[in-house]
Amino acid sequence: MKLHRKTGLRATALGALVVSGALVLTACGSDDNASPAGEKKTASASNVKCDDAKGQLLAAGSTAQKNAMDLWVKNFQAACAGVEVNYQAIGSGGGITKFNQGQVAFAGSDSALKEEEVAESQKICKGGKGINLPMVGGPVAIGYKLDGVDDLVLDAPTLAKIFDSKITKWNDPAIAKLNPGAKLPDTAIQAFHRSDESGTTQNLGKYLSEAAPADWKHDPKTKSWPAPGGQAANGSSGVAAAVKDTNGAIGYFELSYATASNISTVKLNTGAAQPVEATTENASKAIAAAKIKGTGNDLALSLDYKTKAEGAYPIILVTYEIACDKGNKAETLPTLKAFLNYTVSEEGQKVLSDAGYAPLPAEIATKVREIVPTLS
Amino acid sequence: MATATTHTPPPPGRNDTARAKASAPSQAGDRIFSGLSRGSGITLLVIMAAIAVFLTYRAILAIADNEGNFLTTSEWNPAGDPPVFGIAVLAFGTIVSSIIAMAIAVPVAIGIALFISHYAPRRLAAPLAYVVDLLAAVPSIIYGLWGAIFLVPYLDGLNKWLDQYMGWTYIFDKSGEGVARNMFTVGILLAIMILPIITNVTREVFLQVPRMHEEAALALGATRWETIRMSVLPFGRSGIISASMLGLGRALGETMAVAVVLSPSFIISGRLLDPGGGTFAQNIAAKFNEANEYGRDALIASGLVLFFITLLVNGAARWIIGRRKEYSGANA
Repeated sequence: MKLHRKTGLRATALGALVVSGALVLTACGSDDNASPAGEKKTASASNVKCDDAKGQLLAAGSTAQKNAMDLWVKNFQAACAGVEVNYQAIGSGGGITKFNQGQVAFAGSDSALKEEEVAESQKICKGGKGINLPMVGGPVAIGYKLDGVDDLVLDAPTLAKIFDSKITKWNDPAIAKLNPGAKLPDTAIQAFHRSDESGTTQNLGKYLSEAAPADWKHDPKTKSWPAPGGQAANGSSGVAAAVKDTNGAIGYFELSYATASNISTVKLNTGAAQPVEATTENASKAIAAAKIKGTGNDLALSLDYKTKAEGAYPIILVTYEIACDKGNKAETLPTLKAFLNYTVSEEGQKVLSDAGYAPLPAEIATKVREIVPTLS
Repeated sequence: MATATTHTPPPPGRNDTARAKASAPSQAGDRIFSGLSRGSGITLLVIMAAIAVFLTYRAILAIADNEGNFLTTSEWNPAGDPPVFGIAVLAFGTIVSSIIAMAIAVPVAIGIALFISHYAPRRLAAPLAYVVDLLAAVPSIIYGLWGAIFLVPYLDGLNKWLDQYMGWTYIFDKSGEGVARNMFTVGILLAIMILPIITNVTREVFLQVPRMHEEAALALGATRWETIRMSVLPFGRSGIISASMLGLGRALGETMAVAVVLSPSFIISGRLLDPGGGTFAQNIAAKFNEANEYGRDALIASGLVLFFITLLVNGAARWIIGRRKEYSGANA
């Protein structure tokens, strides 16, 4: 092989590497679908209390609250000079692992700490333990694509049967009964679920097994999809893309994915007078029905999936921030408190709904606001 | 990884004299080079051993608590109580998808390589070779996105056609509804991904065929195809095998593209067109983020199995190449 030919090849390969590398980098940067952070948020940033916040605050965990975190971090850093908050969205499991290894000041998680995880946290929290502080809520929307049908109502038993491959046609009598007047086609239902493990899957499973125990007999605690049938796609974005592309498809994802891709969402017949739409407001109403099951300063919630309250959308996901009640690292404690003070404050909660999340209902938010200053 | 070299080391006789010269104290450069290369070789072995030790250590912890049979269970629930996980589905899926990929990619790659090296006009051959090389520079997640967004909808029609006319073969029988997020699609995608590496190495080997061999064949009155069959293919055989093994290595370990395209489920089914199945790397990518520490150990245990499968495949390839030394470049 001649030399100049080889160098030409190298140059081309290098060019390709640069181009594709740039593509990858931009791909990484552009998954922030909460970017249109308006001017009013920067204005509200002036209300942030920085106290003694300084230096770097490391955190990791749930991807479900990533967009909320991005907004909070941006506002907080804009208000408090010299502070850097670094939240790695690596998944709840990973976040808890890092927290219990003492690598991060707090973890974000879609589910409260398990007993053995609390026991493990006592090693890191000298004289204390890890506690769950509810911080962000959000509706899990059931998106569908069915040509000719744009106002679909379902209830928990029908949803369970659809996702369990018991109902396989869109013109099934059970669906027709809930949608009088709709022209349901004789199309096969293609139910999509997540192929990766996810707190979103877990929350839908919990909802189905509580609201329709007779029709959903799978393990409600698992984060991977428990039912045998159906099809899968990777991540909420993958499920949303698959639903958008396939006629007769139905799937679940956080509400922001449905709004971003213009996917119709199912209204739920919860037993209330009117079917409930998946909106941030309706999710907040459902979170208000939750009971606190944690003891002491722990605010782990037990969600009421069977709520019949008017306008309460019951398929919800609540993410917690997990920190030590006592024994937080001295050097990050002031920053941790200042940051959590901001996220649970009225301004902090207000920005959430723009990013597709549900603000905490007043009662729970008040409790969190009481606990954050007591962290030590 | 199988090496892509087309020349086996020179026979021992020549080697000895070369070494005797190299050991002369005056030639410092030679000694430094020999030390460097020996050091690199040892470093490589140490790294491999470290990986094996790490995987084994973490895997033992998880496997010890596993309630299922690690090799034959088709379920994955290491966070369950009791923990149950097995690699049967993953091993099956990994091997099946790689076989499909190889069945498609190897003949096509040989065809492209022959076209570039022997048939294409010079002006076309060079750009074509560049284009094939460029395919190797595309990151696998891009292949995955392309596969999920473009390939899957387009393969729907092919799937329906295969189901209708080839359904009697069982493997092309499509039992239910569902878009083409299946092992067959994964195999096609993997085939495209491993094509450049196989083509590239094979083309290089074909270009190494001694001119005399081809001219001799032509002089005997052989047509161009006969020349290729009599001199190029036999000469290149071990090279083709090495190239295929390099490609197979990539197909076995491909992660993101498979994770994005496949609709996984823990079922072993020979029906390639139904959504389902899974591969080692895909399963690790899908479960790693949300797994607890125990689940991660279980995933590492499955990674260890992939490590062994890859070792076995490459060992087998070396053995095949070793048996066919008479065709390799050293004797040309």
